[in-house]
Amino acid sequence: MAEIKLMKGNEAVAEAAIRAGCDAYFGYPITPQSEVIEYLMMERPEDRTGMVVLQAESEIAAIHMVYGAAAAGKMAMTSSSSPGISLKEEGISYMAGSELPAVIVNVVRGGPGLGTIQPSQADYFQTTKGGGHGDYRLLVLAPASVQESADFVADAFRLAFKYRNPVMILSDGVIGQMMEKVIMPEQTPRLTDQEIIEKYGDWATTGKPDDKERNIITSLELDPYKQELHNIKLQAKYTQMQEEEVRYEMINCEDADYILVAYGSSARISQKAMDLARAKGIKVGIFRLITLFPFPSEQLNDLAGRVKGFLAVEMSAGQMIEDVKLAIEGKTKAVHFGRYGGVIHSPEEILEALEQKLIGG
Amino acid sequence: MDIKDIIKPENLVYTKTKNMTDKVLSYCPGCGHGTAHNITMEVLEDMGITHNTIGVAPVGCSVLAYEFMNIDMQQAAHGRAPAVATGIKRVWPEKYVFTYQGDGDLAAIGGNETLHACNRGENIVIIFVNNGIYGMTGGQMAPTTLQGMQTSTSPYGREIETMGSPLKMTELIAQLPGVHFVTRQAVHTPGAVRKAKKAIRKAFEIQKEKKGLAFVEIVSNCNSGWKMTPVESNIWMVDNMFPYFPMGDIKVDGKLVK
Repeated sequence: MAEIKLMKGNEAVAEAAIRAGCDAYFGYPITPQSEVIEYLMMERPEDRTGMVVLQAESEIAAIHMVYGAAAAGKMAMTSSSSPGISLKEEGISYMAGSELPAVIVNVVRGGPGLGTIQPSQADYFQTTKGGGHGDYRLLVLAPASVQESADFVADAFRLAFKYRNPVMILSDGVIGQMMEKVIMPEQTPRLTDQEIIEKYGDWATTGKPDDKERNIITSLELDPYKQELHNIKLQAKYTQMQEEEVRYEMINCEDADYILVAYGSSARISQKAMDLARAKGIKVGIFRLITLFPFPSEQLNDLAGRVKGFLAVEMSAGQMIEDVKLAIEGKTKAVHFGRYGGVIHSPEEILEALEQKLIGG
Repeated sequence: MDIKDIIKPENLVYTKTKNMTDKVLSYCPGCGHGTAHNITMEVLEDMGITHNTIGVAPVGCSVLAYEFMNIDMQQAAHGRAPAVATGIKRVWPEKYVFTYQGDGDLAAIGGNETLHACNRGENIVIIFVNNGIYGMTGGQMAPTTLQGMQTSTSPYGREIETMGSPLKMTELIAQLPGVHFVTRQAVHTPGAVRKAKKAIRKAFEIQKEKKGLAFVEIVSNCNSGWKMTPVESNIWMVDNMFPYFPMGDIKVDGKLVK
């Protein structure tokens, strides 16, 4: 039954995973996302749905446990924060190469290096351009609320299996730690072993029946011409994602002269900045990215023809702004405003940047 | 009796296991991997568990094990096979899961994954082929390379002061309570092959009985990497590898031998 709860974003991810019918979670503690595994351990999903939860010896081991479970047709996930995600990139690249479905949550903190435990959006490049080695993409969902943190889990699994590709939920320290009201979805039953064999038996390693060819999960192909063909197949999936999965939200864009482009907690803060601007008579709208890959390039390009400029608001030194500029093809002005290293921008700072860097600049 | 009589089904005394494909092995002639593959696959057939088994191939010479083992298999990143096997076994506890790894994969880059999968007592089988060298990449030093042994990255011989001692991973993990059975075998003689097969059978029986982790090391030769003929390499292995990596059971029924 659907239920209304007051939860942290991280807890919402964990509860939503159980309710999505997830088969296994493998993780390793790191601030600011440890609540995900803590909640799961406390909740004993093994008793509720039969879901497996295991604390691995490292982020690396955790992602490869996900690899093993996913390659055996199960719904597997992991979560971490920036330095831990860097460690997971090996496994993520292998999963993209082996075409495995999985959900990875990154509750981003400031970097580089060990950085800080405060919120950040500085993993945008890493997340949207691949992250590990090789030509690949993740489908990236960016929640801007605790509700979306919950809703995107089942969605991410659906997309992961649709494309047989890892999907990342790119949260941040604000979204992960803040508490909000959340309407939890009803429990979706886990697939039975028999259902998994019927649904995914053509590729998953669940044991080779006598009357069938074996299934092999590998990203290795030594013949470069065959490896190129494999890469072309992967690229076709990313193209399909661009055609079918772009998601965004436009707030007050109809009459807007200026657009704040943002995602995650930056988009939340931008709403207040928009209100402040409109109170001063500046017509501001918000273009909130929900998918970071695929990027809503066409939609931004359309807007670019009828507005005076874009302000990319990010908790980074300027990463998403590059994609905004590529999208609008120089049709209008686009400037970046960011606080970073764990610092969160205030609505007043955003308004000031809008007035000085975009309108006055 | 002509050839037609000889090949009659009723005269059949020996056949290749169906669990090996017909693909030509990519291993160097004389290498022990082919035999180690074969006896592992025979055990699955003998136990009637082929359809219920998922194997994990490593990175190294046996990276292509899935080309030769005719079962469902996953290829793991370098060293991560025990983590991958953990992931499979935890979600399919009734399936048989094993890893097949070399010394670089298991004892160097995968040291942590090996240690912790063993410590958790994952109910899996680990087959560890130790030939004291990185064969695939062209004969570099491995954690199990013997003192003084020349490789392309220890061209003047392995020097303990700067390169450390050869790692006895098998003795190390035998100390862990989660590990139920640990043995060291070889495949250089018919007798050794029979013993090694028996040990692998025992390892899978332990998994069947859900008693914990079973670990079978197979000390093997690498004639190409050691720059010897196959026969010379086997003699060298007996004279040099066996004294440092002695044959036999190390832990049986969860108890250290001796």
